[in-house]
Amino acid sequence: MDRRNFFKTSLGGAAAAVASAGAHARPNLEPAPEAVGMLYDSTLCVGCKACVSKCKEVNGMPPVAMGNDTYADFALDLSAQTLNVIKIYTDGKATTKDAEKDGFAFEKRSCMHCVDPGCVSVCPVTALTRDPRTGIVSYDVDACIGCRTCMTGCPYNVPQYEYNNPFGKIFKCQMCNQKGVERIDKGGMTGCAEACPTGATLFGPRTALLEEAKRRIALKPGETYRYPRGDVSKPDSFFEKTVTQYQDHVWGEKEAGGTNVMHLSAISYDKLGMPPLGERSHASISEGVQHTIYSYFALPAIALTGLTWLVRRNTAEAGESKEGSGS
Amino acid sequence: MSHYAELKRPLFTPFFLALAVVVVIGCVFLAARFVLGMGAVSNLNGGYPWGVWVIYDIVVGTALACGGYALAVTVYIFNKGQYHPLIRPALLTSLLGYGFAGIGAFVDMGRWFQFYNLFLPSRMNVNAVMLEVGLCVATYVLVLCIEFLPTVLDKFRAQALRQKLDKVLFFFIALGILLPTMHQSSLGTFLIAMGWKVHPLWQSLHLQPLLAVLSAFTMGFAIVVFEASLTATGFRRHPETHLLAGLGKIIVGLISAFLVFRFAEILIRGKLGLVFAFDLGSVMFLIETGFFIFALVTLLSPAKRGNGKYLLYAAVSMVVAGALYRFNAFLITFNPGPGYSYFPALPELMMTVATIATEIMVYLFVVKNFPVLPREEHAAA
Repeated sequence: MDRRNFFKTSLGGAAAAVASAGAHARPNLEPAPEAVGMLYDSTLCVGCKACVSKCKEVNGMPPVAMGNDTYADFALDLSAQTLNVIKIYTDGKATTKDAEKDGFAFEKRSCMHCVDPGCVSVCPVTALTRDPRTGIVSYDVDACIGCRTCMTGCPYNVPQYEYNNPFGKIFKCQMCNQKGVERIDKGGMTGCAEACPTGATLFGPRTALLEEAKRRIALKPGETYRYPRGDVSKPDSFFEKTVTQYQDHVWGEKEAGGTNVMHLSAISYDKLGMPPLGERSHASISEGVQHTIYSYFALPAIALTGLTWLVRRNTAEAGESKEGSGS
Repeated sequence: MSHYAELKRPLFTPFFLALAVVVVIGCVFLAARFVLGMGAVSNLNGGYPWGVWVIYDIVVGTALACGGYALAVTVYIFNKGQYHPLIRPALLTSLLGYGFAGIGAFVDMGRWFQFYNLFLPSRMNVNAVMLEVGLCVATYVLVLCIEFLPTVLDKFRAQALRQKLDKVLFFFIALGILLPTMHQSSLGTFLIAMGWKVHPLWQSLHLQPLLAVLSAFTMGFAIVVFEASLTATGFRRHPETHLLAGLGKIIVGLISAFLVFRFAEILIRGKLGLVFAFDLGSVMFLIETGFFIFALVTLLSPAKRGNGKYLLYAAVSMVVAGALYRFNAFLITFNPGPGYSYFPALPELMMTVATIATEIMVYLFVVKNFPVLPREEHAAA
């Protein structure tokens, strides 16, 4: 094969590989067999932030002060000091709860524990892992090199690096199941779900939570419903409330492959700051491209063989090794 | 007689000393970064975990360091031996660019004291683009050292070693072509996983690796032209215009291919409206494309291609275009959503400027002490 042909073939091969990457890409990951998660119902949330305090208590993190005031946790967003935060949407006079116009609504932000987590996919050193049984996304500080690719790969900006510490680490919710806490392994529930007075944050198996979410969407606005508190599979008490008109959409059922932490809301999710996500996870597309190019290292190996052959032939032709003017 | 020679000029010029001052300032901030943490010297935050350090020092910096790669392909794959005189300076810039990208990555690494985890098979995640980039760049720096070794051996007249090296050098040259193709394409793949945060005009999904490697290649050639012109002007030497004009022709082909793929993707996915939305993304896209087009149109004309001045303009335009393509995708139009904004802090910028200053100082030291630049009579021949 002469050089020109070799080059045409290899270029063609590379182009075909890139073009077919879509076809080779893996589908989204499926939920873990015993996936646990949470259902956050914005219409039930009263913004008391008991979940924020409890989260700090479980994780041994101090509250975020406002000036010198520490009587409450003033965290405005997720950070290396805050793994779980309650945010508020307001519009106009902000008089009506759960209304888009002249209303307000609460929103909980914490790790969504994606079914197909971007952070896990992009971490070069396996510091982020998805538990094969529970689907909980955990962080291993001893593996982490602090490259912060997880932060770029998370569609929700959840992982937070500690910039003011020379030995900083990544902070994210590990669903109260990290080493030394292990509330889920011990048969318990997350701190935030336990502390929530209205059941706005509900813990449980993902399948049961999804059923509960769909049941709520099917309710008639105005009727009374007994909302379970704590763990959906064994509620410790109920909270009675008149049903608000829900959005006909469970956030996290399908977004980017779905999440184990799902949300319900009366106003549209983008108003609550949810990102514009399709059903396909970007992790699956990226891995598809990467694995097509590096499948069994075949393409690089073929390329290296061809390149070595060409370079050897061309350097010999030029008689460089004798003359000694090589690169 | 070798085709290359040391540049017989004094090292300690006022320019060199000015660079040294910049480097000292940078070192003070560098110390602060390791003692107090990154927050003390940078504006990095939860939404923008990668700022100028990663995006300039690594993403753009390694593309600027693709001169050695681009020339190696021309000389050793397409067998255009006439470009040989340009290869040593190009290799030196590549080595510097990649070496400092590696150092930059280490400085930006939040848990640098655990960097070795990247090399432990038990820790590796083969799905991660960052793993491929990390390992590939580390290997390529070693390969560049080996490729540059003949220059050092010539300096010390180590003939025996040089002959031994020449017997195996072809393999390292081949590796030195494969590795940048791999990690430069991976730099594009990074953008896929960033998903919706990347502006749609730069989120080409499956085309990312191809566009990244094409832009790296084009920038590699442009930087060779730029450098050769600058060396000729700066040191008042004969410009190698006849060689550079040929490279200009190659650049025309590469820019055309890049623009065809780029616009085809935008048209097919129906994103053309975004080009003329005249918001930040649209304006940056138009500026970036303008630089590409200027380089393309200038180099299309054989008269301008043969004219040193226009050649330099086109090369600069191309370097700016390629750098903007990456800056736009990763930083300027990158949007992690409400609540986050980023503009580099002064110390953060100073550290990047100091890195560039260090690279120039090392370059000047090496070309004045090692046979890197082509001999004048050879270049003029």
